Order: sequence, then structure tokens, then C-alpha cells
Amino acid sequence: MREYDIVIVGGGPAGLAAAISAKENGVSDVLILERDKELGGILNQCIHNGFGLHTFKEELTGPEYAARFIKKAIELNVEYKLNTMVADISKDRVITAISREDGLIQIKAGAIVLAMGCRERPRGALNIPGYRPAGIFSAGTAQRLVNMEGYMPGREVVILGSGDIGLIMARRMTLEGAKVKVVAELMPYSGGLKRNIVQCLDDFGIPLKLSHTVIDIDGKERVKGVTLAQVGPDGKPVPGTQEYISCDTLLLSVGLLPENELSRGAGVALSPVTNGPVVNESLETSLDGIFACGNVLHVHDLVDYVSEEAHMAGKNAARYVLDKKSGNTSDSRGPVITLKGENGVRYTVPSMIFTDRMEETLTVRFRVSNVFKDAAICTYFGDTCVSRRKKRVLAPGEMENIILKKKDIKAAEGLSCITIRIEQQ
Amino acid sequence: MYDAVIIGAGVVGCAIARELSRFQVNACVIEKEEDVCCGTSKANSAIVHAGFDAENGTLKAKLNVEGNKMMEVLARQLDFPFRRNGSLVICTDEDGIKGLETLKARGEKNGVPGLEIKGREELLEMEPNLSDQVVAALYAPTGGIVCPFNLTIALAENAAVNGIEFRLNTEVTGVFPEAGGYKVTTSNGDIQTRAVINAAGVYADRFHNMVSSRKLHITARKGEYCLLDKTVGNYVSHTIFQLPGPMGKGVLVTPTIHGNLLVGPTAVDTPDKEATNTTREGLDTLIAKAGQSVKNLPIRQVITSFAGLRAHEDGDEFIIGEAEGAPGFFDAAGIESPGLTSAPAIGVMAAKMVAEFLGLSDNPQFCETRKGIPHLDDMDFEQRAALIRENPAYGNIICRCEMISEGEIMDAIHRPLGARSLDGVKRRTRAGMGRCQAGFCSPRTMEILEREVPLSMMEITKCGGDSKIVLGRNKELDHPGCSQQPDQQACSKQ
Repeated sequence: MREYDIVIVGGGPAGLAAAISAKENGVSDVLILERDKELGGILNQCIHNGFGLHTFKEELTGPEYAARFIKKAIELNVEYKLNTMVADISKDRVITAISREDGLIQIKAGAIVLAMGCRERPRGALNIPGYRPAGIFSAGTAQRLVNMEGYMPGREVVILGSGDIGLIMARRMTLEGAKVKVVAELMPYSGGLKRNIVQCLDDFGIPLKLSHTVIDIDGKERVKGVTLAQVGPDGKPVPGTQEYISCDTLLLSVGLLPENELSRGAGVALSPVTNGPVVNESLETSLDGIFACGNVLHVHDLVDYVSEEAHMAGKNAARYVLDKKSGNTSDSRGPVITLKGENGVRYTVPSMIFTDRMEETLTVRFRVSNVFKDAAICTYFGDTCVSRRKKRVLAPGEMENIILKKKDIKAAEGLSCITIRIEQQ
Repeated sequence: MYDAVIIGAGVVGCAIARELSRFQVNACVIEKEEDVCCGTSKANSAIVHAGFDAENGTLKAKLNVEGNKMMEVLARQLDFPFRRNGSLVICTDEDGIKGLETLKARGEKNGVPGLEIKGREELLEMEPNLSDQVVAALYAPTGGIVCPFNLTIALAENAAVNGIEFRLNTEVTGVFPEAGGYKVTTSNGDIQTRAVINAAGVYADRFHNMVSSRKLHITARKGEYCLLDKTVGNYVSHTIFQLPGPMGKGVLVTPTIHGNLLVGPTAVDTPDKEATNTTREGLDTLIAKAGQSVKNLPIRQVITSFAGLRAHEDGDEFIIGEAEGAPGFFDAAGIESPGLTSAPAIGVMAAKMVAEFLGLSDNPQFCETRKGIPHLDDMDFEQRAALIRENPAYGNIICRCEMISEGEIMDAIHRPLGARSLDGVKRRTRAGMGRCQAGFCSPRTMEILEREVPLSMMEITKCGGDSKIVLGRNKELDHPGCSQQPDQQACSKQ
């Protein structure tokens, strides 16, 4: 069995940043396993710009953003295997992988970084009634067909869901000559970034119907049309609001699901809110030496934050491996502090802190459960509010964060719980 | 001139074809869809019933029990997945126990072995997720689960290898008696035959009534289902039925042979024999009803829903045999539940009748076995590693959710009656049948179909006909003389 210090499952933005960081932090033996035929993950099909504003202070396309990380990883001699599917991860960090080139192999890893990303929620998961014809695509599948294969999935398009990929595809399909008739969103607000609504819908005159959903799909062989209806506050269609819209294509952008089948198989504890692993301050999962970052941990809005988070995961995995190698097994973790979201904060990543292991600062990321105007992000140490950051608008489509300082936490004696809440001004 | 023409390549038509191929016969199967197993056979409960439901003395009872008994040997011969997981018919009040006793007595008369009524405590040990209302259940150890696609495809492939011709994408438009047999008119020309076997599912009445004075009436009875993710595939281990009512066996909750959880069906008669659409009411109904069988049904794990149409005959019985006033025209009609279970026995029965009518002699070359696509799932590490060494295409995973390789997809395309569409590949390999519902793998499966069939990307369909997946090229590629690959220099517009 081959052995590596660190094996990273997934060569997308998270895997690449984790690998680079692991190398930079002194681990020489790093392997990325990537199931696709090239590194870069989903960025390769995201040919629009807007990537890297935070990381590089410039606007890059997805492939350009990926290329910078790929170049760096190669310069640092990160090993990688393409077209390699991980079939299983065991608790004791044995990875079973399969590929055309190597066949079925097992690899023993000193530490593992989970960076498998996420997948799109399909039509079936929404249980939309109707026929099951050709012409129903998740927005990402359509994006791959158009941007990487050069094929048009359709000419007259209805998009359900206003997630970012759906918004991006509304513009992309329009630029390719398709007619995007409407984007329908179940919620009373969009799940995508504000800038995408402006640049992808408003600028092209594509209507966004909030609180609307598809209640029927027509067409036995290819989609012929869909029935839209308004939904009430109970999430149910409002009688009398049905509207039939003829189209040959329905694109779905109705949510992303972290892809944690391997994590589950290994026995990693998962959060029912994020559908990703429960992690501590080191982005370490419930299993010793298995770390997670990027969209497999929780779905991000911007790739820049994925890179940042993955950088931490790679660094911590490196520290874990080097500690073991140097015989430093004191495993001093210090007191544990629970982190939780309340009152509009759906979750926090991480959800616990071992204080001794914490770096000088720790970025805690979260999403809100609703649209809030003129509100504040409040951090409580126990019952004491220690920070109030005002925000004009908070929306579920955008990830938020707070930064905790180690010295503040150390100073708060007996602290066992930190709570993040949204409070109106 | 054919000896026999079978109308319909569902599980019944294919079972008859396979049994008929035991004889020296010049026969064909005509199917309007692009593949076998495209109607009721692909959208049902995938259950091998024990055989206690049908009334004593009926064909339904006899063929169910016979078909159930045949399934093990058939699964071995034809290499399709089948398992006896046992079934439970639950009741939710003391009155229901009488119903269970009736079923048990009926089953015993039908020849079903091992039937037993179990009380709540014992049941909870067998199935901890049963609902709180469950009082007792009838346990049938011979109940089983099967892959209906693989069963049908295996029968068809075996029939084809043994000399039965399959004419796909061919719709029968008429059946006319003439001297020495029948003229069958189709969308692809006329066919002469000595005998006709009507296995046309919900359309069997149409063809029967063209030749017989005694009319049949078949109603399409819609059944809607939800399929749940494999993470909850072990929510129950037995097939959980409810006490049957006048419209069928109620809603069942069962593991599938591939490890998903299946919930359904509803039972609603529909005038449209193509209405395989699901409905809000239907899905809501089945979810609610399933809640009587199991508690906290993890319905959030649903990955797809679908509907099938049962061919319900007015007399509530299988119609198998020569149609009145139409010598040489044989019906296998009204085959609703337990049709899938009974199909192998129906095949034997109908083929025997036809062979006698035609005076056929045995086919000495008949091969009763068929080897399926390798089941990588069932292999241990070494077997699998060896297979990939032998053919590296088995190491190239295309469908992530079900872990299906390029090798399996290529097999599906190159087998007898090979796949020509995404659904054809899906039914043979399960590629695209998993939790992402083909989001990731469909473009890659299309590439393999493009290369191996071969087909152009623009010709590839989901399920034949007008079900094309892509409708054109990107603007910059959409001009004459453009090559296939968008990244090739030749594509730049001059």
C-alpha cells in the first residue's frame, strides 16, 4: 500500500488551496485525488468573470482563477492523480480509489483533507410533479454542456431557482441566443448574490418572479412547457395563480448539497443544517486526522472564501502530520468552547473551539436564515454581548463571518459557549 | 412469413419470446418504443409477490406462485439481481387481523409456503421503524425484490441470442386475419405471420378487439411512486404492504434490490394510456399513506418520483389464451400486479399454447443462460482489481453516485439489443439512477454513446423519439463545416 503524509480528496479550488498550504507548511508528501480529467473542479466550466476579487484584487474567470492555483501546486510539486474516483475512506485513513490507469488501489494517509465539493439538487429531490421528458437540466449540467462541450441544451428556457448558477446560466443562455422567459424563485428573496441578479437578469430584461414555483411539467418526450404558480407563506401554491409557460427547457438552480457520501462512509459526524462535517477550529472533523474544507464542508458563495478556508485546513493537516512525526503527541487541546448560531444564524463553521489549538484569530463563517434589513451581527460570550456589527442588509444568499481573537477568548474565564445572533437595530 | 409475432417488448412479451425460443421458430417482437422495458415493466413496485393476494383458482394466483418459484433459477440462468427479502402485510387495528387470516388461508390454498401471522413485538424486532399503529402482520418469507429492468432485458437478450428478432421503434397499427394467419400492419411496413401474441400492456384491448368478437376492456390504472436515497435504503428490510383494498394492494414501503427505498403506488384510473405523469395529489397521497406503515418516513431523501400504468382488465384477471373467434391470436392481457412476478410463468404458458398451435419442435441450439454486465458491486477488492487490469475501462468511473464505469456503459451499448439512449444505458447499468439523477454523468455518458454507437451528440436522446438532449451548437460553432470539438482551431468562424 502506498503511503502519503496528506491525501486530499478533490482537486477543485478547495483541494488545490489545501495542497498548496500543506506544502508551504512543511509537508513534502501531498497527493491530490481528482475524479475529473483535469484539476480545477467546477471552476473550469465557470467561464464568467468575478472570481478572485478578494484573493487577487482583480476580476478573473473561473478557469483563470483555477489556473493560478494549479500553477502554484505544480511549482510546489504537489502530486496528483486525475480520472481517479475515491470509492471509500476508512476511519483509519485508508483510501480506496479507482482509475483506468492505476486500477483499484489503496493508499494510507497520515491525514486526509476532504474537498469533494457539492452537487446540485435534482428535480426529483423537489418532487415536482409532471412528466419526465428530456430538457430538464440542473443549471450546472447545462453550464457544462454549453461552456465545455459547446452544445445548447435548449432554445426557450424557464429557470426554477435563483441560485447563482441559475442566474449565471440565464445570462449565458441569452448570450447564446436562447430566450430565457422567466426565473422563478420559491422564496420571497433570491438565493443568489445581488450582483448576479443585476448583471444576469436585470441587464437582460429577464423577469424574476419571487414566491413562485413550477407545479407541473408538460411534454412526454421533450419539455413542452411548465406551469408556474405563486406560493403563499405556507409554501403551497395559491389557487388561481397558475400560468402555463411554453418552453423546451427547464433549468433547475434549487440548491447545492455538500457531497459527503465518502465522509458518511468513514463515519464522520455530519451537521443536519449544512449537510457537511461538524468541524472544530482546525477544520478537523469528528475523526482524528480527517479535515474538511470548501463546499463539502458548507456551501460557499465566493470561491475566495473557499480558498481561504482550504488554506487553513491544509495548514492544520500539516501541523497534525508534523506533530505526529516529531513525536509531539501531548495533544493539548485546552478547554472546549461551543459555537452556535441563533436568532437568524443558521449554523456556524466551525462549531467548536479547542482554545489551545486556536490561532491568534479565527474566522467563523455562517449564513442567515432570512433577509434582514438594518440589523446587527451580535457575538455573545456566554450571556455577554462582546461585539455588534451593523449591516444594512443580510441575505441567505451571502455568507457572513465574524473574527474571534484568541486573546479575547483566553481573557474570558470559564467561557464555554459563544453565540452569534442577528438583532434588529 | 413469420411463425409468430409478439406485440410488446415488456416483461411479458420478452418472457414469452424467451420461452418461444426454446422451439424452432421464426418469430419477432414488435415494440413501439426505442428499447425493451419502456412501459409498465419499467415503472412498478419491482416486487416478487409471494402469492396470497389473488383469489383461489385464478390464473393470477397460479401464475404468481409459479413465477415466484421460478425466479431463483431464472435469476441464476439469466444473471439478474433477485433476493427474497420477505414481505409483511400490516394491519393497524384488531379487525384487520381477520383480514390477515383470510389472506393467510387464501395464500396457503394458493400454495404459498411459510405464511405466518406475527404480533407487534416480534414485528418490531424485524422492523423497528414500523408505525405505532401496526398491530400485526402477515409474514411471507418467499416475497422478494428484483430489478425489473434487468429481468426484462435479460429475457429479451436471451431471446435475441436464441434467434428471436426484435423490431424496435415500430408501432403496430392493425391486425387483420387472412388466409393462413394474420397481417400485422406497422409504422414500418406490413408483416405476415401465422400467429400473433398480444402482450401490448395497456393497449392489449385495442389489438384483441381488432380480431375477436368477445371484447376486452383494459383500463390504465396509474401508480405513482417516490424513490428514496440509498442512505435510507435500509429503513425497512422487508417489503411492507398494507391490507389490500378494492383498488389494489395499498401503498408499500420496500427496499429495492439496488438498496434504495421505494414508496408507492397510488391507484387512480386514467383515460389517457400515456399519462405517466406524477401529480401533486398522487405524491401527497402516497406519502401520507406510507406513514401508516412506517413512522417518520424520511421523505426528504427522495431522489425521484415516477408513475406507471397498470393494465387493469374489467374482470380483474389475467387473460391468457387464444382469443375467441381468432385462431392463432393469443392474448397475454390484463397483466397487472402480480404481473412482474408471474411473467416467467406466463411466458411458459403462452409459449406452450403457441408452440402447440404451430406444431413447433424443440430448438436443439437453445441456450438457457445469459451473462449480464459484470456486477462490480458484488465483487471483492481482488476480483475488481483483476477485472480492471484486464479491461481498464472498468476503472473509469462515469456515474459517481452509483459508481458505474465506462466499461459497464460500453457493455450496455454493445450487448445484444444494446442501449441507444441515456435511459437505455441507465436501465442496464444504473448510470444516472443515483442521487444526482444524471446531473454529472449525462454529458459523459453522451460522449460514450457518441463514440460507441456511434451517434452525433445532436441525435442522442433520453428515451428515443423527440427526446433529444441538446438542441444545437453554441453560436460560434453553429455553422456548416464546423467540426465536432469546440476546442479545435477549425471551429473558429472565418
